[in-house]
Amino acid sequence: MPAVAETISTVETLGQSTYKWGFETAIEMELAPKGLNEDIIRLISERKGEPEWLLDWRLKAFASWQTMKSPGWGKIGHPPIDFQDVHYYAAPKKKDGPKSLDEVDPELLRTYEKLGIPLKEQAILAGVEPPEGMGAAAADIDDEENAQRPDRPRVAVDAVFDSVSVATTFRKTLAEAGVIFCPISEAVREHPELVRQYLGTVVPAGDNFYAALNSAVFTDGSFVFIPKGVKCPMELSTYFRINARNTGQFERTLIIAEEGASVSYLEGCTAPMRDENQLHAAVVELVALDDASIKYSTVQNWYPGDAEGRGGIYNFVTKRGACRGARAKISWTQVETGSAITWKYPSCILQGEGSVGEFYSVAVTNNHQQADTGTKMIHIGKNTRSTIVAKTISAGRSDSTYRGLVRVLPKASGARNFTQCDSLLIGDQCGAHTVPYIENRNMSAKVEHEATTSKISEDQLFYCRSRGLAEEDAVGLIVNGFCKDVLKELPMEFAVEAQKLLQISLEGSVG
Amino acid sequence: MSQFLSISGLRATIDDQGSPKEILRGVDLEIPAGEVHAIMGPNGSGKSTLSYVLSGREDYEVTGGEVSFEGRDLLAMEPEERAAAGVFLAFQAPVELPGVNNANFLRTAVNAVRRARNEPELDAVQFLKAARAEAKRLSMDAEMLKRNVNVGFSGGEKKRNEVLQMALLQPRFAILDETDSGLDIDALRVVAEGVKALRSPSFSALVITHHQRLLDYLVPDRVHVMARGRILKSGGPELAHQLEAQGYAGFLAEAA
Amino acid sequence: MNAIGGRPSPAGGNNASGFLSRYAELRDSLPGDVCVRDVAAAQLEREGLPRREVEAWKYTNLRPLWDTSFAGGSAVQEADAGPVLDALLSTLGDENAASARLVFLNGLLSDGLSRLPGSVTIRRTVPQPLPAGLHPMLALNQMLSADGVAIEVPAGLDGGRLLVIGLGSAEHAPADWHARVSIALGAGASLSVLQIDQGTGCYLSNAAITVSVAEGASLRHARLQRDAASAMSFALVHAQIAERGSYDVFNLALGATLARFEVHARLVGAQAAVHVNGAQLLDGEQVADLTSVISHDAPNCNSRQTVKNVLQGRARGVFQGKIVVARPAQKTDGYQMNQALLLSEQAEIDAKPELEIYADDVKCSHGATVGALDEEQLFYLRSRGVPVPEARAMLVQAFLLDAIELVQDEPFRQVLDDAIATWWAGRAA
Ligand SMILES: Nc1ncnc2c1ncn2[C@@H]1O[C@H](COP(=O)(O)OP(=O)(O)OP(=O)(O)O)[C@@H](O)[C@H]1O
Ligand SMILES: [Mg+2]
Repeated sequence: MPAVAETISTVETLGQSTYKWGFETAIEMELAPKGLNEDIIRLISERKGEPEWLLDWRLKAFASWQTMKSPGWGKIGHPPIDFQDVHYYAAPKKKDGPKSLDEVDPELLRTYEKLGIPLKEQAILAGVEPPEGMGAAAADIDDEENAQRPDRPRVAVDAVFDSVSVATTFRKTLAEAGVIFCPISEAVREHPELVRQYLGTVVPAGDNFYAALNSAVFTDGSFVFIPKGVKCPMELSTYFRINARNTGQFERTLIIAEEGASVSYLEGCTAPMRDENQLHAAVVELVALDDASIKYSTVQNWYPGDAEGRGGIYNFVTKRGACRGARAKISWTQVETGSAITWKYPSCILQGEGSVGEFYSVAVTNNHQQADTGTKMIHIGKNTRSTIVAKTISAGRSDSTYRGLVRVLPKASGARNFTQCDSLLIGDQCGAHTVPYIENRNMSAKVEHEATTSKISEDQLFYCRSRGLAEEDAVGLIVNGFCKDVLKELPMEFAVEAQKLLQISLEGSVG
Repeated sequence: MSQFLSISGLRATIDDQGSPKEILRGVDLEIPAGEVHAIMGPNGSGKSTLSYVLSGREDYEVTGGEVSFEGRDLLAMEPEERAAAGVFLAFQAPVELPGVNNANFLRTAVNAVRRARNEPELDAVQFLKAARAEAKRLSMDAEMLKRNVNVGFSGGEKKRNEVLQMALLQPRFAILDETDSGLDIDALRVVAEGVKALRSPSFSALVITHHQRLLDYLVPDRVHVMARGRILKSGGPELAHQLEAQGYAGFLAEAA
Repeated sequence: MNAIGGRPSPAGGNNASGFLSRYAELRDSLPGDVCVRDVAAAQLEREGLPRREVEAWKYTNLRPLWDTSFAGGSAVQEADAGPVLDALLSTLGDENAASARLVFLNGLLSDGLSRLPGSVTIRRTVPQPLPAGLHPMLALNQMLSADGVAIEVPAGLDGGRLLVIGLGSAEHAPADWHARVSIALGAGASLSVLQIDQGTGCYLSNAAITVSVAEGASLRHARLQRDAASAMSFALVHAQIAERGSYDVFNLALGATLARFEVHARLVGAQAAVHVNGAQLLDGEQVADLTSVISHDAPNCNSRQTVKNVLQGRARGVFQGKIVVARPAQKTDGYQMNQALLLSEQAEIDAKPELEIYADDVKCSHGATVGALDEEQLFYLRSRGVPVPEARAMLVQAFLLDAIELVQDEPFRQVLDDAIATWWAGRAA
């Protein structure tokens, strides 16, 4: 679900009685005691009614986590995290009666209002053409008729609050098509053989520090299974929200597309404003078999902390997709505007012959945010192809790094990679960095990398202003233009919203 | 009564690798409401500089003089305020905005200006209608609205795009900086029509040009000759003919 | 000397212990202030030599350095080296052969074979105190260096051309030497240096080069690295460039089994310029690394970098280039290009072109491409009757051209061109 534009309606339609944006209001929660040990893991597993094998898997992950150190190579800095000072399990208690939006934190509401935007018009003029087959109607500027957009495409939603999945919509329609879309905790109960077959096969339990932590303590997340030959009839979407104080969110997503299957999956995230940092360490695993295609889009808008750098989410995420089959395709698109710290590298393991990996990213940092994000494209199979387009925008006192690896192994004859990284600096107190790693062991492979760093051109800014645009709007316009190659990869609903989000994230960065 | 546009003693410098270089050296110019004036002058004499200073480009430092526009201190206004007040510059070299959709850009600009003038904003449909009508009038392919602002436009297409913007923004004072250069004959007529369509007792234009042709269409009320950062001579439309026939050398010598 | 506190290595001790124990033996016989060397030794004792976990050494494994037991450099008789030098000079062309030259034999300056220049001051030097946190190879150099020279060009003078030739020979046991060269140009001075390293046998040549370019001065530095097939060749340049100064360096890596040419250049005055270019032609099991860190500390500076790798056999090329633009360095213009050509199934390239930017009004870009020879071009040449080896050589030479032509000193560029041609002739044979 688009992280924000539809948030209000989500809250309404789901009747989220136990859930409020207001951060001063206590929400009734079932909280496990702070700290991490085997007992907590047993408790989580028990609460979830998990089978023995999964508990064992968690405990193994925990054991390996204990031998690991948090990675130090990212260009990010933060005080040491006290992993014992976090609640690893928090579930909202269900209560009755929907409450009104009056209780929503007005600051947040205003943000959503800004995002609530006359979507229709924006979409027409944004020139963001929805990718083929995404279900969103194309807005043709030539044709007034089309300006009246048809019904917004249906989107199935799974909402995860504080690691617990609270509602999944459209399940029946999906079931008819043979698609499974449910909380992963439910999948463990209902489809244990599938979960067991795939869980941890792309991101092993001990893969890295944060993945190991997630494997030990994940409480929920989404599970998607698209059987052979099925084109998922609608977009699937998960909306993540951290709510409770001092809780970590450790969701786990597993998406499997069998031979010839295809799915587009959207992920949105928000969190309330708090002046302490909160931890988010998710794992996403994608598996695409022969001719399958998975498109995974993220609009990450976790609370970034205030202008002085207090609070905000620490976002340490491991996302990886395996193109196991021939001609499989995995495409990551991300718009990262939130979090105090972002550390994530959605990757593709291109094993199947002719498989395709894509990574399209916009990362915006402002104030004191830090982002170290990028991708890994591992070319194993013949004629595998990958494309990387990363746009980095730094403002305020923030630091943003693109870090990406393109590795071509000896068997990957005919592999191709093209990488384009562009950074934009706004103001002279921020930093933008580009750290690509290119490792090629096959002579017939072709790898191309281009990167630029610049500031917004004064000429462009003046041109817009001389046409009447306020400086901030002019910056927004130019930045959106700068990001267009990425934004156009998003499903239309997301694209429009992402554009607004970019502008809002940069507020106060000019003038 | 305050004049429409009044420039007096305008001086401006640009930073030339660390040291200021004076380009406008005391420009005096009056443009009453409803008139079209032309400026001619040798390359490098400061014509574009004057147009940039009038529209508020920050690279230039105004070191002296005043500009009042309908009684307001133009130099104290931000570029977008000037646009809202009705000042429009058709750039000699329009800037490319990669990734920025032309229609979106135009509507954002039009609505920003309308907002500032307390006029209702145009929704997408209204706007597109208006934009397409104007484009048609200017014999522009409506396809251009879909492309990114000026990216990959031919020289002539860029100029037409500037005129389209002018038509949509409905300025009260337009500066056309060599908008006629690089245009084919039809396009030249289009530019002239664009200006003529706006002509009214409350609209004025300053046309910077090197060629007689555009002036034949427009028939300026006054023609000014600019050289070395000042207006050296002013006259009626016949001055342009005289220049075309004799070149600048005589004037420069006379003024020296 | 004990390796206490060193990082554990598989052998259980400090991986620099071989060097450290030799230092313990030589400590009192080495020239200069022993305290300066002790600081470097203490660092090596504490930290050892970097392993691949250290980011800067991710792609270049120094293991051969601690797996080999080096015996220091044996003295070479000038009489023995003379013919070698003459043979070398005879290939350089008359103009170069007639130039002033400094000749090092196994890391020691040979007075007899050198020919000192007129307007340039040449002094012998000993290690100087340096701030803590030395580059590991510099620490090694600092600790064991037996000889060094300082080359100074007074303000306003043109120092002309200078050859700096390093001849190595280690026929019996693995040898190592750690020469130091410092080049300082006064305001407005200029100098063009051609450095040639070559030798026979198994040795470690670990040179430390310091470059200081004053206001408006200009240093051109070309290096031909043609070290012995089993040699390990390291050269580390620390350069500082003042206002309107320029430092232009080109490294052509042809030799050694393991080589790293590393440049750390700081642009400390406005409108300074640095160019760090290079080419690698590698074959067999060779590994060569070009690493650079260019720091823009002042505004309006310019850095340019073009690096080409041509890789045959099982060779591995490494390029790590980092441009750091500090906050005050507004209006920086930085450009970096790395292009690799893989000519065999087993060759490998690892590239890490990196930008670290803290100033907003900058223009920085980098590009990297990896690929094979263009089949279409190859076919075109063949269809015009050019045999495959020649066609390949032709295309590779074309590929190298835009790097090589950046060497501004004409006669020096000729030397590099000839070296490349010779390299190809060697392949074809
Ligand atoms: N950024 C700059 N740095 C240095 N000089 C500049 C700069 N911008 C403009 N100038 C100089 O200012 C002078 C006036 O330029 P301007 O563009 O106003 O001339 P112009 O009259 O419009 O000429 P043309 O007829 O060729 O368009 C020229 O000499 C030009 O070189
Ligand atoms: Mg001009």
